[in-house]
Amino acid sequence: MGMIRDLFLQGVQMFLVLAVAPLLLGFTRRAKAWLLRRKGPPLLQPYRDLLRLMRKEVVLAENASWLFRSAPYMIFAATWVAAALVPTFATGLQFSWTADLIVITALLGSARFFLALAGMDVGTSFGGIGSSREMMFASLAEPAMIMIVFTVALVAGTTQLSQVADFVFAHASLRVSLALALVALIIVALAENTRIPVDNPATHLELTMVHEAMVLEYSGRHLAVIELAAALKLSLYISLIASIFAPWGLAQGDAAPGAYVTAVVAYIGKLAVGGFLLVLFETSIAKMRVFRVPEFLGAAFMLGFLGTLLLFVSRTF
Amino acid sequence: MDRFVLDFAHTLAGFMVLVSFMLLYQDRMFSLLNVFALQALVLAASVAWQAHVQDAPHLYVTALIALVLKAIIIPIVLHRVVVRLGIHRNIETVGGIGLTMLFGMGLVALSMVVMLRATAAADPLAREDLAFALSVVLLGLLMMVTRRNAVSQIIGFMSLENGLILAATGAKGMPLVVEISVAFSVLVALIVIGVFLFRIRERFDSVDVHALDESRGERQ
Repeated sequence: MGMIRDLFLQGVQMFLVLAVAPLLLGFTRRAKAWLLRRKGPPLLQPYRDLLRLMRKEVVLAENASWLFRSAPYMIFAATWVAAALVPTFATGLQFSWTADLIVITALLGSARFFLALAGMDVGTSFGGIGSSREMMFASLAEPAMIMIVFTVALVAGTTQLSQVADFVFAHASLRVSLALALVALIIVALAENTRIPVDNPATHLELTMVHEAMVLEYSGRHLAVIELAAALKLSLYISLIASIFAPWGLAQGDAAPGAYVTAVVAYIGKLAVGGFLLVLFETSIAKMRVFRVPEFLGAAFMLGFLGTLLLFVSRTF
Repeated sequence: MDRFVLDFAHTLAGFMVLVSFMLLYQDRMFSLLNVFALQALVLAASVAWQAHVQDAPHLYVTALIALVLKAIIIPIVLHRVVVRLGIHRNIETVGGIGLTMLFGMGLVALSMVVMLRATAAADPLAREDLAFALSVVLLGLLMMVTRRNAVSQIIGFMSLENGLILAATGAKGMPLVVEISVAFSVLVALIVIGVFLFRIRERFDSVDVHALDESRGERQ
């Protein structure tokens, strides 16, 4: 019985992230339009877009290889697994022992690897530009991410997200290193989700695209799957930040069913707050030049490194 | 001592270091001034917290001085100077920000190692604040070394002085007289430097300090 319950809860988490991700995207678009004093698309528009794309026929370039066709599913699978592992509404789920920060970083890294390959596969110049830029950002964002992982792991004594969340919840206090890691993680999240200071998700100008340039050749269900993966990635990063730095409202190990319901509500509330803060930041800042991005991500690396350094020098930070 | 008291003091001091890095990162004059005002604000908060913790009311005066003088008056004055000099649209192109940041990290590491070894027996509240304060001082020095624009060098000098105040309040028993005289000497320095800025501009049509090298015949 206990086994079935555990599996059920894990299943709920997997499908919850999948169901909520487009809604979060719709919410951010709506809120952004609202901040610009426009009306904005309805909240459910991303779902409609996905359905529409699903029904459309796939148009493939003549020289597209099997890689181009299989990459969307690889990207989606890796991103979905990563998103399902991050504690969203409960800690100590069935597969939480695999929910390791390094595993999640690696899953996202492999998703990006396939996306970059797919961008270069057809051989158009925009795809190539997009891939090379994405790889440049990745080579800067990943060291920063690893430094953040080190900082969190040194504070909590583990890299397993579920235990990290429990630790922060139990020993909640102001830590300089954790504050530095939070700022660094926000910068990395902005870069990884191709949000505004790094890349504009709503751009129509090919020369400024990064993520969009790589998926320019995709259509139909392939595009739908890639868009869904991008939405999942956004909700993944917000859940990651929430589970490490604001683990309040998470249901612990074996809570009553009612506690899980409130935890889910709390999770959706956190996503909404995170999405709104993101939009607020995006509307108050301009996109930076591509050559300025290394400095931006370098700052994230520096903060992560500083956090680790402080922890090594003195245990009280 | 209460755990939270320590943590909060450290967080504020750590935030000072963070703002110092933000100063190094900025390359536009107005955002530089805004970040400097932010640093003074954090300094005021940190000093006020120390006053509360150490139960030393005279430190509130220090906090007030930091707030009024450094978070309000000096940024506004420098703001005007920048506008009058007409350099508010300039972007500083000093060799890579990344490299400067790396140097900065090295300096923070250095100050941590030096301070925590040297003051092993001291009060934990003062000890780690001192390490942060030394980092702020060194980062201010780094800023003065790496910038070419005279106004950003002033900012570096002022942020160095912020670090000194942070160090002084961490250690118990600094007399108020010293505090006030330091604060006013900074104000005097501002006035003197302000006058100098205009003199330099008059003479060389620029506040880029490399123009001085040329006049001394160091560069052809």
